[in-house]
Amino acid sequence: MSYTFDHKQLDALEEVLQQGLIDLGVHCVVLIDMSGNIIVNLDNGRMKHDVYSLAALAAGNFGAVSTMAKIIGEDEFSLLFHKGKKENIHFSKVMKDFLLVTIFGKDVSLGFLRLKVTEAVEEIKKILQSQQ
Amino acid sequence: MAFINVKRKEVQVKIVYYGPGRGGKTTNLEYIYNKFNDRIQTEMVAIKTHGDRTLFFDFMPFDMGQIKGYDVKIQLYTVPGQVKYDATRRLVLRGVDGIVFVADSLAVRREKNIHSLKNLQDNLATYSKSIHKIPLVMQYNKRDLSKQGIPVLSQDTLEKDLNSRLKAPSFLASALEGKNVAATMKKIIVMVMVSLQKELQ
Repeated sequence: MSYTFDHKQLDALEEVLQQGLIDLGVHCVVLIDMSGNIIVNLDNGRMKHDVYSLAALAAGNFGAVSTMAKIIGEDEFSLLFHKGKKENIHFSKVMKDFLLVTIFGKDVSLGFLRLKVTEAVEEIKKILQSQQ
Repeated sequence: MAFINVKRKEVQVKIVYYGPGRGGKTTNLEYIYNKFNDRIQTEMVAIKTHGDRTLFFDFMPFDMGQIKGYDVKIQLYTVPGQVKYDATRRLVLRGVDGIVFVADSLAVRREKNIHSLKNLQDNLATYSKSIHKIPLVMQYNKRDLSKQGIPVLSQDTLEKDLNSRLKAPSFLASALEGKNVAATMKKIIVMVMVSLQKELQ
Protein backbone atom coordinates (compact mmCIF):
# COMPACT_ATOMS: atom_id res chain seq x y z
CA MET A 1 0.00 0.00 0.00
CA SER A 2 1.38 3.35 -0.98
CA TYR A 3 -0.45 6.64 -1.01
CA THR A 4 0.00 10.36 -0.70
CA PHE A 5 -2.44 13.18 -0.11
CA ASP A 6 -1.99 16.73 -1.24
CA HIS A 7 -2.73 19.85 0.73
CA LYS A 8 -6.14 20.26 -0.90
CA GLN A 9 -7.24 16.75 0.03
CA LEU A 10 -6.10 17.15 3.64
CA ASP A 11 -8.00 20.46 3.86
CA ALA A 12 -11.11 18.80 2.43
CA LEU A 13 -10.84 15.89 4.89
CA GLU A 14 -10.53 18.29 7.82
CA GLU A 15 -13.54 20.24 6.64
CA VAL A 16 -15.72 17.12 6.36
CA LEU A 17 -14.73 15.89 9.81
CA GLN A 18 -15.05 19.32 11.42
CA GLN A 19 -18.49 20.09 9.99
CA GLY A 20 -19.84 16.56 9.90
CA LEU A 21 -18.74 15.42 13.37
CA ILE A 22 -16.89 17.89 15.62
CA ASP A 23 -19.42 20.71 15.12
CA LEU A 24 -22.19 18.27 16.10
CA GLY A 25 -20.66 17.58 19.50
CA VAL A 26 -18.20 14.76 18.85
CA HIS A 27 -15.13 15.18 21.11
CA CYS A 28 -12.38 13.89 18.86
CA VAL A 29 -11.98 12.28 15.42
CA VAL A 30 -8.88 10.60 14.07
CA LEU A 31 -8.55 9.27 10.53
CA ILE A 32 -5.78 6.67 10.44
CA ASP A 33 -4.43 4.05 8.08
CA MET A 34 -4.29 0.38 8.99
CA SER A 35 -0.59 0.69 9.84
CA GLY A 36 -1.46 3.09 12.65
CA ASN A 37 -0.39 6.34 10.96
CA ILE A 38 -2.47 9.43 11.62
CA ILE A 39 -3.80 11.20 8.53
CA VAL A 40 -6.13 13.73 10.15
CA ASN A 41 -6.69 14.44 13.81
CA LEU A 42 -9.27 16.94 15.06
CA ASP A 43 -10.83 17.64 18.43
CA ASN A 44 -13.04 20.15 20.16
CA GLY A 45 -10.06 21.91 21.76
CA ARG A 46 -10.60 20.39 25.20
CA MET A 47 -9.19 16.92 24.57
CA LYS A 48 -5.65 15.96 25.50
CA HIS A 49 -5.55 12.36 24.32
CA ASP A 50 -2.37 10.61 23.28
CA VAL A 51 -3.55 10.17 19.69
CA TYR A 52 -0.39 8.42 18.45
CA SER A 53 -0.81 5.57 20.92
CA LEU A 54 -4.54 5.60 20.27
CA ALA A 55 -3.93 5.23 16.51
CA ALA A 56 -1.47 2.35 17.00
CA LEU A 57 -3.88 0.53 19.29
CA ALA A 58 -6.93 1.22 17.12
CA ALA A 59 -5.20 -0.19 14.03
CA GLY A 60 -4.05 -3.25 15.98
CA ASN A 61 -7.46 -3.71 17.56
CA PHE A 62 -9.25 -3.43 14.23
CA GLY A 63 -6.85 -5.90 12.65
CA ALA A 64 -7.39 -8.35 15.50
CA VAL A 65 -11.18 -8.06 15.31
CA SER A 66 -11.13 -8.50 11.52
CA THR A 67 -9.09 -11.68 11.93
CA MET A 68 -11.58 -12.92 14.55
CA ALA A 69 -14.41 -12.25 12.09
CA LYS A 70 -12.69 -14.34 9.43
CA ILE A 71 -12.17 -17.22 11.86
CA ILE A 72 -15.92 -17.46 12.45
CA GLY A 73 -16.73 -17.08 8.76
CA GLU A 74 -17.61 -13.38 8.62
CA ASP A 75 -15.99 -10.91 6.25
CA GLU A 76 -15.92 -8.32 9.01
CA PHE A 77 -18.01 -6.97 11.88
CA SER A 78 -19.95 -3.93 10.79
CA LEU A 79 -20.24 -2.27 14.21
CA LEU A 80 -17.19 -1.69 16.37
CA PHE A 81 -17.95 0.35 19.41
CA HIS A 82 -16.63 0.59 22.97
CA LYS A 83 -18.84 2.15 25.63
CA GLY A 84 -17.38 3.90 28.65
CA LYS A 85 -18.89 5.83 31.56
CA LYS A 86 -18.14 9.22 30.06
CA GLU A 87 -16.50 8.59 26.72
CA ASN A 88 -17.22 6.13 23.93
CA ILE A 89 -15.21 5.10 20.89
CA HIS A 90 -16.64 4.17 17.52
CA PHE A 91 -14.58 2.66 14.67
CA SER A 92 -15.57 2.72 11.05
CA LYS A 93 -13.61 1.26 8.16
CA VAL A 94 -13.10 3.61 5.22
CA MET A 95 -12.40 1.69 2.02
CA LYS A 96 -9.79 -1.03 2.39
CA ASP A 97 -6.95 0.76 4.11
CA PHE A 98 -8.32 3.44 6.41
CA LEU A 99 -10.14 3.69 9.69
CA LEU A 100 -12.16 6.53 11.19
CA VAL A 101 -12.00 6.64 14.99
CA THR A 102 -14.62 8.79 16.70
CA ILE A 103 -14.67 9.65 20.41
CA PHE A 104 -17.91 11.02 21.79
CA GLY A 105 -19.70 11.57 25.09
CA LYS A 106 -23.11 10.92 26.56
CA ASP A 107 -24.70 13.88 24.81
CA VAL A 108 -24.47 12.18 21.40
CA SER A 109 -26.58 9.07 20.81
CA LEU A 110 -25.00 6.05 19.11
CA GLY A 111 -27.70 5.99 16.41
CA PHE A 112 -27.15 9.64 15.53
CA LEU A 113 -23.39 9.15 15.55
CA ARG A 114 -23.57 6.14 13.25
CA LEU A 115 -25.71 8.11 10.82
CA LYS A 116 -23.29 11.03 10.81
CA VAL A 117 -20.23 8.77 10.57
CA THR A 118 -21.76 7.00 7.56
CA GLU A 119 -22.33 10.35 5.87
CA ALA A 120 -18.78 11.49 6.67
CA VAL A 121 -17.30 8.21 5.42
CA GLU A 122 -19.04 8.67 2.06
CA GLU A 123 -17.53 12.15 1.76
CA ILE A 124 -14.09 10.89 2.81
CA LYS A 125 -14.23 8.14 0.18
CA LYS A 126 -14.86 10.74 -2.53
CA ILE A 127 -11.88 12.79 -1.35
CA LEU A 128 -9.53 9.79 -1.01
CA GLN A 129 -10.52 8.44 -4.41
CA SER A 130 -9.91 11.82 -6.03
CA GLN A 131 -6.16 11.15 -5.71
CA GLN A 132 -6.23 8.39 -8.34
CA MET B 1 4.81 2.55 4.62
CA ALA B 2 5.73 5.92 6.07
CA PHE B 3 3.06 8.57 5.98
CA ILE B 4 4.08 12.08 4.99
CA ASN B 5 1.66 14.82 5.97
CA VAL B 6 2.40 17.82 3.77
CA LYS B 7 -0.06 20.00 5.65
CA ARG B 8 1.33 19.39 9.10
CA LYS B 9 4.88 18.98 7.79
CA GLU B 10 5.22 15.65 9.53
CA VAL B 11 6.61 12.22 8.62
CA GLN B 12 5.49 9.10 10.50
CA VAL B 13 7.78 6.11 10.26
CA LYS B 14 7.13 2.60 11.59
CA ILE B 15 10.02 0.52 12.93
CA VAL B 16 9.39 -2.97 14.28
CA TYR B 17 11.63 -4.94 16.65
CA TYR B 18 11.31 -8.60 15.63
CA GLY B 19 12.86 -11.77 16.99
CA PRO B 20 12.35 -14.89 19.09
CA GLY B 21 10.51 -14.85 22.42
CA ARG B 22 12.49 -13.65 25.47
CA GLY B 23 15.14 -12.21 23.16
CA GLY B 24 15.01 -8.66 24.58
CA LYS B 25 12.80 -6.69 22.18
CA THR B 26 10.75 -5.11 24.94
CA THR B 27 13.94 -4.48 26.96
CA ASN B 28 15.33 -2.52 24.00
CA LEU B 29 12.26 -0.27 24.01
CA GLU B 30 12.31 0.08 27.79
CA TYR B 31 15.91 1.21 27.69
CA ILE B 32 15.16 3.75 24.95
CA TYR B 33 12.15 4.97 26.90
CA ASN B 34 14.24 5.61 30.01
CA LYS B 35 17.26 7.00 28.20
CA PHE B 36 15.47 9.38 25.84
CA ASN B 37 12.68 10.40 28.15
CA ASP B 38 12.82 14.03 27.05
CA ARG B 39 11.90 13.08 23.47
CA ILE B 40 9.03 10.81 24.39
CA GLN B 41 5.98 12.71 25.49
CA THR B 42 3.76 9.75 26.28
CA GLU B 43 3.80 6.56 28.25
CA MET B 44 5.12 3.45 26.56
CA VAL B 45 2.19 1.24 25.60
CA ALA B 46 2.74 -2.41 26.49
CA ILE B 47 0.09 -5.09 26.08
CA LYS B 48 1.33 -7.97 28.19
CA THR B 49 0.14 -11.30 29.52
CA HIS B 50 -0.10 -11.87 33.27
CA GLY B 51 3.30 -13.51 33.05
CA ASP B 52 4.78 -10.24 31.76
CA ARG B 53 5.30 -11.54 28.24
CA THR B 54 4.32 -9.39 25.26
CA LEU B 55 0.81 -10.37 24.15
CA PHE B 56 0.11 -7.97 21.32
CA PHE B 57 2.83 -5.34 20.96
CA ASP B 58 4.74 -2.57 22.70
CA PHE B 59 4.50 0.86 21.18
CA MET B 60 6.39 4.07 21.68
CA PRO B 61 6.35 7.25 19.60
CA PHE B 62 9.73 8.96 19.45
CA ASP B 63 10.33 12.53 18.22
CA MET B 64 13.45 12.70 16.13
CA GLY B 65 13.46 16.41 15.42
CA GLN B 66 13.29 17.96 11.97
CA ILE B 67 14.64 16.85 8.61
CA LYS B 68 14.24 19.34 5.76
CA GLY B 69 11.54 21.17 7.66
CA TYR B 70 9.52 18.04 8.42
CA ASP B 71 8.92 16.78 11.95
CA VAL B 72 9.97 13.14 12.01
CA LYS B 73 7.95 10.91 14.31
CA ILE B 74 9.41 7.46 14.73
CA GLN B 75 6.94 4.82 15.89
CA LEU B 76 8.74 1.97 17.59
CA TYR B 77 6.88 -1.35 17.88
CA THR B 78 7.79 -4.79 19.15
CA VAL B 79 6.06 -8.01 18.22
CA PRO B 80 5.23 -10.88 20.58
CA GLY B 81 8.05 -13.37 20.04
CA GLN B 82 6.26 -16.53 21.14
CA VAL B 83 5.60 -18.87 18.22
CA LYS B 84 1.85 -19.10 18.91
CA TYR B 85 1.28 -15.39 18.34
CA ASP B 86 2.03 -15.45 14.63
CA ALA B 87 -1.24 -13.80 13.55
CA THR B 88 -0.47 -10.89 15.87
CA ARG B 89 3.06 -10.53 14.53
CA ARG B 90 1.68 -10.30 11.02
CA LEU B 91 -0.72 -7.53 12.10
CA VAL B 92 2.05 -5.48 13.67
CA LEU B 93 4.19 -5.77 10.53
CA ARG B 94 1.56 -4.06 8.42
CA GLY B 95 3.03 -0.90 6.89
CA VAL B 96 6.48 -1.47 8.43
CA ASP B 97 9.30 0.77 7.15
CA GLY B 98 12.27 -0.80 8.93
CA ILE B 99 13.11 -3.82 11.08
CA VAL B 100 15.49 -4.53 13.93
CA PHE B 101 15.97 -8.27 14.29
CA VAL B 102 16.85 -8.94 17.93
CA ALA B 103 18.62 -12.29 18.04
CA ASP B 104 19.27 -14.11 21.31
CA SER B 105 22.99 -14.83 21.77
CA LEU B 106 22.30 -17.70 24.18
CA ALA B 107 23.75 -20.88 22.69
CA VAL B 108 20.56 -22.82 23.45
CA ARG B 109 18.47 -20.35 21.44
CA ARG B 110 20.30 -20.87 18.16
CA GLU B 111 17.46 -22.71 16.42
CA LYS B 112 14.87 -20.23 17.70
CA ASN B 113 16.72 -17.32 16.06
CA ILE B 114 16.81 -19.08 12.73
CA HIS B 115 13.11 -19.98 12.90
CA SER B 116 12.14 -16.47 13.86
CA LEU B 117 14.10 -14.96 10.95
CA LYS B 118 12.41 -17.37 8.54
CA ASN B 119 9.08 -16.41 10.08
CA LEU B 120 9.88 -12.72 9.51
CA GLN B 121 10.64 -13.43 5.88
CA ASP B 122 7.34 -15.31 5.44
CA ASN B 123 5.29 -12.65 7.20
CA LEU B 124 6.85 -9.84 5.17
CA ALA B 125 6.02 -11.79 2.03
CA THR B 126 2.30 -11.67 2.94
CA TYR B 127 2.60 -7.89 2.47
CA SER B 128 4.62 -8.38 -0.74
CA LYS B 129 7.76 -7.14 0.97
CA SER B 130 11.17 -8.72 0.67
CA ILE B 131 13.47 -9.21 3.65
CA HIS B 132 16.34 -8.47 1.25
CA LYS B 133 14.98 -5.05 0.33
CA ILE B 134 13.51 -3.62 3.53
CA PRO B 135 15.88 -1.64 5.82
CA LEU B 136 17.07 -4.19 8.38
CA VAL B 137 19.51 -4.14 11.29
CA MET B 138 20.69 -7.23 13.18
CA GLN B 139 21.19 -7.02 16.92
CA TYR B 140 22.92 -9.89 18.73
CA ASN B 141 21.59 -9.33 22.21
CA LYS B 142 22.49 -10.62 25.69
CA ARG B 143 26.26 -10.39 25.22
CA ASP B 144 26.49 -9.61 28.96
CA LEU B 145 25.68 -13.25 29.74
CA SER B 146 29.14 -14.42 28.70
CA LYS B 147 30.56 -12.56 31.72
CA GLN B 148 28.59 -14.91 33.95
CA GLY B 149 30.00 -17.96 32.20
CA ILE B 150 26.79 -18.76 30.33
CA PRO B 151 27.52 -20.21 26.87
CA VAL B 152 26.76 -17.67 24.15
CA LEU B 153 27.04 -17.97 20.38
CA SER B 154 30.05 -16.31 18.79
CA GLN B 155 29.57 -13.35 16.51
CA ASP B 156 30.82 -15.50 13.60
CA THR B 157 28.23 -18.18 14.27
CA LEU B 158 25.43 -15.63 14.51
CA GLU B 159 26.56 -13.93 11.31
CA LYS B 160 26.75 -17.26 9.51
CA ASP B 161 23.35 -18.42 10.80
CA LEU B 162 21.40 -15.22 10.25
CA ASN B 163 23.27 -12.70 8.21
CA SER B 164 25.34 -14.52 5.59
CA ARG B 165 22.95 -13.68 2.76
CA LEU B 166 21.22 -10.60 4.18
CA LYS B 167 24.47 -8.80 5.00
CA ALA B 168 22.63 -6.32 7.19
CA PRO B 169 24.55 -4.05 9.59
CA SER B 170 24.88 -5.88 12.91
CA PHE B 171 25.57 -4.97 16.53
CA LEU B 172 26.67 -6.96 19.54
CA ALA B 173 24.44 -5.65 22.28
CA SER B 174 23.13 -5.91 25.79
CA ALA B 175 19.66 -4.41 26.02
CA LEU B 176 19.73 -4.87 29.79
CA GLU B 177 22.90 -2.79 30.16
CA GLY B 178 22.01 -0.50 27.26
CA LYS B 179 25.08 -1.47 25.26
CA ASN B 180 24.55 -0.65 21.56
CA VAL B 181 20.80 -0.18 22.03
CA ALA B 182 20.95 3.44 20.90
CA ALA B 183 23.44 2.57 18.14
CA THR B 184 21.05 -0.07 16.77
CA MET B 185 18.16 2.37 16.81
CA LYS B 186 20.16 5.15 15.19
CA LYS B 187 21.32 2.82 12.43
CA ILE B 188 17.81 1.66 11.53
CA ILE B 189 16.46 5.22 11.60
CA VAL B 190 19.19 6.39 9.22
CA MET B 191 18.55 3.45 6.88
CA VAL B 192 14.80 4.10 6.86
CA MET B 193 15.27 7.80 6.19
CA VAL B 194 17.66 7.09 3.31
CA SER B 195 15.24 4.59 1.77
CA LEU B 196 12.37 7.04 2.25
CA GLN B 197 14.33 9.74 0.49
CA LYS B 198 15.01 7.39 -2.43
CA GLU B 199 11.32 6.54 -2.61
CA LEU B 200 10.37 10.20 -2.71
CA GLN B 201 12.68 11.00 -5.60
